[in-house]
Amino acid sequence: MDMPGTAPCVCPLPGGARAQDATDFMDFGPYLMLAMLEGAVLASVLALMASGLSLVFGVMRVVNVAHGEFYMLGAVMAWAVTSFIGGGPALAFIAAAILAPLLVGGLAALADIVILKRLNYDPERTIVATIGLLYILQQATLMSYGADARPVVPPFNHRIALPWIEWGEGGLAFYFPWGLSTTSYKLFVIGAAVVLIAALRLFMTRSRAGLIMRATQLDGDMATAFGIPVERVYAAVFGVGAGLAALAGVLIVPIQQAHYLMGGDALLLSFIVVIIGGLGSLAGTIVAAVLIGMSDGIISVFFSPTLAKILATLAVALVLVFRPQGLFGGKGR
Amino acid sequence: MSARYYWGLHLGLIALLFAGHFVLPAYQHGNVARIMVLAVYAMGYNIAFGYTGLLSLGHAMFFGAGMYGMGLLSYHFDAGALPAMAAGIVAGAMLSLVVGLLALRTAGVSFMIVTLMFSQALAMTLVYFRDITRGDEGFVIPSATRRLWGMDLSDEAHRYLIAWGLFSIVLIFTLWLVRHRWGRVFVALRENEERASLLGYDAFRTKLGALVISGTISALSGAAYALLFGYAGATFAGVQYSIFPLLWVLLGGAGTVLGPFVGALFMFYLIDLSSGVTDAYMLIAGVALVLLTLFLPQGLVGEVKRRLWRDLP
Repeated sequence: MDMPGTAPCVCPLPGGARAQDATDFMDFGPYLMLAMLEGAVLASVLALMASGLSLVFGVMRVVNVAHGEFYMLGAVMAWAVTSFIGGGPALAFIAAAILAPLLVGGLAALADIVILKRLNYDPERTIVATIGLLYILQQATLMSYGADARPVVPPFNHRIALPWIEWGEGGLAFYFPWGLSTTSYKLFVIGAAVVLIAALRLFMTRSRAGLIMRATQLDGDMATAFGIPVERVYAAVFGVGAGLAALAGVLIVPIQQAHYLMGGDALLLSFIVVIIGGLGSLAGTIVAAVLIGMSDGIISVFFSPTLAKILATLAVALVLVFRPQGLFGGKGR
Repeated sequence: MSARYYWGLHLGLIALLFAGHFVLPAYQHGNVARIMVLAVYAMGYNIAFGYTGLLSLGHAMFFGAGMYGMGLLSYHFDAGALPAMAAGIVAGAMLSLVVGLLALRTAGVSFMIVTLMFSQALAMTLVYFRDITRGDEGFVIPSATRRLWGMDLSDEAHRYLIAWGLFSIVLIFTLWLVRHRWGRVFVALRENEERASLLGYDAFRTKLGALVISGTISALSGAAYALLFGYAGATFAGVQYSIFPLLWVLLGGAGTVLGPFVGALFMFYLIDLSSGVTDAYMLIAGVALVLLTLFLPQGLVGEVKRRLWRDLP
């Protein structure tokens, strides 16, 4: 980059500094890409989990504080299923991905019938009851599963080195920087989340069950008048929401170990996502999940993860304070 | 029933707790001292939640502000007990004013989430600036601070009496406040904000006043807890300590003067007994929250009020 005329210059500092800048840039690019990949994995899992929370709020108008615990239960059940079913990691993982969301969803539907239905879905009392549910699920897991973090073997886990483009001496060139790699499983998580969310969208817009859910969301009384069993719809929605969180837990557990306290951070992040995206809006939730997941991934790599969370939390609180109507589906709740 | 009866009831509890100082066995004596300080926190919470209808999920930030306002001044500057306590109370008052100005623009579910998030941000900030706050480990309050008028506050007897004094002052203050015109406006806002506004009461300023009183009393409790029991830690600013006062007040009876103490007493012993059996003692808190919302939304004292003593404050 040096101009020919300056080449004989004996002062080492400016040239040296420029070379330093160039190396920094060279390292920064691949590093950023790595951070974005990690962010994309987080965003995928978050999108799945937050769309469950958003669905429950959208249809039932209640905030489920125990949502993080359903995610944790998904991860813990994935551990349980994979350690009791033989036949190789792939088969065990598929079994976990089917069984864990079903069990967790069933449990949530039961909680809805036993607890939330009796509260008439009063918003404030429901929050208090789901806080209770949060502690019941978390502490019951501590009593049965224990306080250890336990890993799950991913169904496949090839290391994939990623290329980086560099403007070298002979023009553009590909090369593989050391350390810039991901695993096939992480790419699978991103793909799986995309497919699942597309399926959820199709289910809500094209299927009869989705139609019934949307009808209940628009006007519960009118839906009842048309013979829709609203109570059963609510139980199903609560179950599906929890099942989505559990599925997110199953997907993340081969990357992050299963631990009984893992629900807390996940709940905070999903709250942030659904509030930024607008509670109850599925499309907004996805956009916000990508935004928050990517920026959390990037900020956490370059700065402190705690600082990232503090800033995000404050930002969201202020969004709620100053734009409550826009973010709570138009109603001044 | 006339005022004489409920003054008798509340002063009777104060006298009973004073008598407890002389008769309680050592272990229960320590527990009751702790419960009285926590009941101050619950009474502070009750002014916002029980009387004004402001369901906050972030009161731990006020408790933590009191604790750290007092603790940090003592830890870094060797302040005496009174200036350190004053710092904690002022920190809580200012924080509740700022949080109130922002959060009271929302209501209901949004208010719950906004207070939760502010509180989480404070708890994470305490962990983040570990050079100043010692992060997760917390710190022991230096013994220089834990002296007042020649008394050693780490001594069991002094500790109980100071806790009893604070408890009595806050209980009588609450009883006075809720009988006063202001307290009645709080209740009017809880019952029907629109109607109270139509009658000419400024809803925002009244709620702000209630939240600042509530936050300041919570901070007093946090500061006293650190001073008397000698430790400040980030756990006390965490979600769990926002849930506890809600649980105590719900169990005892929201919107009753005695409810917070009764709730704190019962819950403390429930958790104390169950933690002897299992590590998962928060299970009790969870079960209690669900059962209370389902079957006893008025709480214990609230049931007494509903069935037997309708004008119990």
